[in-house]
Amino acid sequence: MALVSDGAFIADEWRRLADEESLPGAGKVIVSLGRLPAALEDARLTALGVYVANTTDPKALAPHFSRLALIDIAFPAFTDGRGFSLARLLRREGFVGELRASGRLTPDQYLHAIGGGFDTIEIPDELAAHHGEANWAKARQARSLSYQRGVAGGASILERRRKGVA
Amino acid sequence: MTAHDPALPPRPNSAPTIYAYDEYDRAFVRERVAEFRGQVERRLAGALTEEEFRPFRLMNGLYLQLHAYMLRVAIPYGSLTSRQMRQLAYIADKWDKGYGHFTTRQNLQYNWPKLVDVPDILEALADVDMHAIQTSGNCIRNVTADHFAGVAADELEDPRPTAEFLRQWSSAHAEFSFLPRKFKIAVSGAEHDRAAIKIHDIGLRIVKNAEGEIGYEVIVGGGLGRTPFVGKLLREFLPRAQLLAYLEAILRVYNRFGRRDNKYKARIKILVHETGLDEIRAQVEAEFAAMDRAPFAYDAQELERVVAAFAPPAYEALPAHSDGFEKAKAENAEFAAFAAVNVAPHKVPGYAIVTVSLKPIGGIPGDATSAQMRALADATDTYGFGELRVSHEQNIILPHVKRDDLFALWRDLSAAGLATANAGLISDIISCPGLDYCSLATARSIPIAQAISERFADLERQRLIGKLGIKISGCINACGHHHVGAIGILGLEKKGVESYQITLGGDPTLSASIGELLGPGVSAEEVPDVIESLVQFYLAERRDGEAFIDTWRRLGHKRFKESARREGEDGSGI
Amino acid sequence: MTRAVDPKFSPKVLLASDLAEGDVVFLGADGWERGLSRAKIAYDAAEAAALDAAGKAAVASNRVVDAYLVDVFVDAAGAPTPLHFREKFRAAGPSVRRDLGKQAWLQGAGNR
Repeated sequence: MALVSDGAFIADEWRRLADEESLPGAGKVIVSLGRLPAALEDARLTALGVYVANTTDPKALAPHFSRLALIDIAFPAFTDGRGFSLARLLRREGFVGELRASGRLTPDQYLHAIGGGFDTIEIPDELAAHHGEANWAKARQARSLSYQRGVAGGASILERRRKGVA
Repeated sequence: MTAHDPALPPRPNSAPTIYAYDEYDRAFVRERVAEFRGQVERRLAGALTEEEFRPFRLMNGLYLQLHAYMLRVAIPYGSLTSRQMRQLAYIADKWDKGYGHFTTRQNLQYNWPKLVDVPDILEALADVDMHAIQTSGNCIRNVTADHFAGVAADELEDPRPTAEFLRQWSSAHAEFSFLPRKFKIAVSGAEHDRAAIKIHDIGLRIVKNAEGEIGYEVIVGGGLGRTPFVGKLLREFLPRAQLLAYLEAILRVYNRFGRRDNKYKARIKILVHETGLDEIRAQVEAEFAAMDRAPFAYDAQELERVVAAFAPPAYEALPAHSDGFEKAKAENAEFAAFAAVNVAPHKVPGYAIVTVSLKPIGGIPGDATSAQMRALADATDTYGFGELRVSHEQNIILPHVKRDDLFALWRDLSAAGLATANAGLISDIISCPGLDYCSLATARSIPIAQAISERFADLERQRLIGKLGIKISGCINACGHHHVGAIGILGLEKKGVESYQITLGGDPTLSASIGELLGPGVSAEEVPDVIESLVQFYLAERRDGEAFIDTWRRLGHKRFKESARREGEDGSGI
Repeated sequence: MTRAVDPKFSPKVLLASDLAEGDVVFLGADGWERGLSRAKIAYDAAEAAALDAAGKAAVASNRVVDAYLVDVFVDAAGAPTPLHFREKFRAAGPSVRRDLGKQAWLQGAGNR
């Protein structure tokens, strides 16, 4: 797996735990949603992340935000855009930790992910070989302007116009 | 400006009366072109697979069809300037085969571009503030509007400022670019619906409430295709200021809950149908209440800026009556016929709206050569304040022509082969490209349109028959809107040959209805005979002033079906 | 010209779209051809499988898009014609514009 952050491939400090693996005593681990209640009870785990389907109800996760450092949203297909809406809703509910998109996303979707509130994108190694770091770095700069807030350079075109007028 | 920019012709009339890009819009479109250029390079170099490339080429309007790529250019809300039309002609000559096809959703399609040339074509479009963004793909498509916007006598408000707001809001939307399926929005601001808002995913109708405030009636879940639905009323009155936030709420509900397991069940019409209108309304309202509306805050200044861009041209104060026009009609029967059929009332005295039919007898519906595009540009520079419209009926409109100039305009149009006096008549056929071009098609559409047009070539007889919309699709996806044709024709494959199903009673307007099946499919050769027999039955049964659809509604489908069956007994095989 | 054929096997050619230009192309003896007459014809399942494999390889190497086998009728002179009307159009061009597409090119170039 390769992890994209700020247009570069970085080392992943998190470990995604299979359900049959036992909880480790320390370290950053990502557990499935089903296993989250048990993991939350485990006081040894200081850094906890959860791996969720893109159909998850954001309100179900909200009570645990203070204990969650990472939410990892699965993209079952790169053309399945539900994860973009879920990310936006999690941010709206107040999640401030790391939002990760996992799946076969391409660099061409990087700005969509950033616009939705994602911090990192995790892709399979063979995809990373195919879409190298330079592609991601370039894609991140593909647009300096957007009609929506937060996608490219923060303010939307509408907000820039307002400033220009004021 | 690049080298593609054509020399600007003299503009005898006035400044453009449609939205002109500001520096932000322009920079945005240029960046999208550069981004797509990079994607094409990566595709050609093998760095992107076809599967990975496909959604992005579609989002830039590029299909791969039967014979070649096809590029679909947006004509947002159907408005364009003479300069833009000339650029479309220039592109047709330089990179395509000298013509273009105007579609049923206010787009223009080039049928032969090469992938390697498409970035240059997009650059040439950007030179005149045009693009192909979101004319395809599972995203919010090019927003369409009433082609008589701003000039119709029955209009409450010009829908184009609203449509322009939507164009901007939806362009490269980060969250809504990977929807379950395509999403089409249409806007109407008039009493009569000319934008087919009830067969769109969202239809917006500009209305006034009891307090006299302007807002929108929001219709959701209309659409054709395999399972046609007439749109349902989601909100009776949405205050103007809340429009973008409310649409954002609808799209979010759709993006999260629309079906993704079956592409034929993925449109919002199915979500509305399966979930129920009340439940969808509750979900949308809940999302609307919960969301941060600040980014969509109503901005009176911005509205004013956009509205000002659509300011009416500098009309002259003219009498409603034109002696020259009346005299020309009296002297020239052909012109009188054109005036009776292709000229509509304008809201300003002394002016008229002219429909230029792209349906010559026996021609390909919606096709225009580069020479005709230039002739249209010249005509509107001379007579129409340099503005043109594209209708979903695949015709071109000159929205403001002095009645005094109608005869001279007609002569110019005649010289360019653009004066067919059949707007709204039986040979003004809507047709998708069908199996002559489209890779999704199951049968051809264009030859059927041509055969019907030739059968009813006599324009005098067409006028006698009156308003009759024939709409033809070459597959169940229904780009030719056959479900809402008074007579609809659907081309299918049956046992290895092309076969055509005929429906009656479809209507795309506010009284929208889906056509009912006449009987089993017939062969291509039989279609004109079936249409002929239906028309004859109608002519025999109609009451004064009754259009085909009205007679059908009064008599009922059964009577028409029986009449067709009687014909069938003679061997026409219906 | 024609070979002894398996009567139960419908002869096939391989059709695809050229990636860079979008033009319809057929796999021939020496690579991709614009004219159907130069297409290599598979007369049995093994030959069809070889064509299909070549098509998949050409898709993987980004030379063509959407490669697929097409059933053809082979006349006495050995010239193939697609059995289905869809591929007949693909091999010729739009039926409503005889001046465009392969049909025009074939006529113009006398390239048969």
